[in-house]
Amino acid sequence: MIAIRDLGFSYGEIPVLKNITMTLEEGRIYGLLGENGVGKTTLLTLLCGLKAAKAGSINTDGHNPFDRDPSFLSDQYYLSDEVAAMNMTALDYAKSYGHFWEKFDMDKFIEIMGIFENDPGKKMSKMSFGQLKKTYIAFALACNTRYLFMDEPTNGLDIPSKAQFRKAMTKYTREDSVILISTHQVRDLENIIDPIIILDRQDILLNASLEEISEKLYFDYSTVKIDNALYCEMIPGGNIQVTLNTESKDSKVNLEALFNTVHQHKELIKGIFSK
Amino acid sequence: MEFNSNKSIYLQICDAIYEHILSGELGPDSRIPSVREYGAEIGVNPNTVMRSYEKLTNEGVIYNKRGIGYFISRNAQAIVLQTMRDDFMNNELPQIIRKMELLGISFEDFYQQTHATASESSPQSL
Repeated sequence: MIAIRDLGFSYGEIPVLKNITMTLEEGRIYGLLGENGVGKTTLLTLLCGLKAAKAGSINTDGHNPFDRDPSFLSDQYYLSDEVAAMNMTALDYAKSYGHFWEKFDMDKFIEIMGIFENDPGKKMSKMSFGQLKKTYIAFALACNTRYLFMDEPTNGLDIPSKAQFRKAMTKYTREDSVILISTHQVRDLENIIDPIIILDRQDILLNASLEEISEKLYFDYSTVKIDNALYCEMIPGGNIQVTLNTESKDSKVNLEALFNTVHQHKELIKGIFSK
Repeated sequence: MEFNSNKSIYLQICDAIYEHILSGELGPDSRIPSVREYGAEIGVNPNTVMRSYEKLTNEGVIYNKRGIGYFISRNAQAIVLQTMRDDFMNNELPQIIRKMELLGISFEDFYQQTHATASESSPQSL
């Protein structure tokens, strides 16, 4: 479990995160959503110990990530948005760097590379951006870590790879792992990320499971206009409308509509979801 | 597996399993994939599949053998038939009736059409 308390961070005079308090539980794949520049990457780098908190604390099962205790580091992986095109084959990269992660599994790396139709014998510097990204995703999953942080992992992936990525996230992750994925491509990760965290300038607007979201909000996909809808967007064949779920009806959560609803009704949403 | 309906994903997973039970593809005591296997197959978060399996367990459609997996109950077909019939009567039929009213289709038209379709598809009429 990762317990974040009153976390604050700023770049010089510019505050990025302020008073962030939330808990990340094991066995979940959290989706971190937020507009450009709200601090998603900053939050990920704080969680993996690349940056030190300016205020508050991060407690990862008793560790402060910034202490960078080697045994702790070998049980976490951070996949950044930008990945390095090393002058070696993917296989050689896995052979040499896999050692840093105690539970690194070479067979799993080869298997996932196969699923992505990525050649492990190819030099990383000769790979396309998408191929390189897939190599790092395969490596990240093969590390078998308890904590996995991914920054925009589906950026640059072609269409078939996105589906393979979703399947791999279920098949190749540990049951006891804490996974946090930041993304703008909510459609790429639909059905995979749950709970959903929405980060706004310096603040967490929402941290809730899809079950909780669909208990409290109702997503209507009909052609009939609803008067007191919190959000309405026209789509081919009707509207997506979001209302409070006062009658405990079931509906499918649409992540884009959710994101926009939360942004238009920040205080209301925070009120509804705070227990 | 395509998720186009407006039902939440965990209910769509239940519907898919219901249909496999009704079609006989999943017979009594046959094993269904683990939460993780099924999640990986259809690209869905394991917790979502877990929620579907919990619902099916509560309904008596599947049962859990600890450490072995989930299996189809002996009377699953009867339970599913009842559940799906209720769902059709309470949710789908009212929608069909609403649409018939909108399009001005009478029950007489409806009866004739279904009767014609039924005799077309029955081999005796050939």
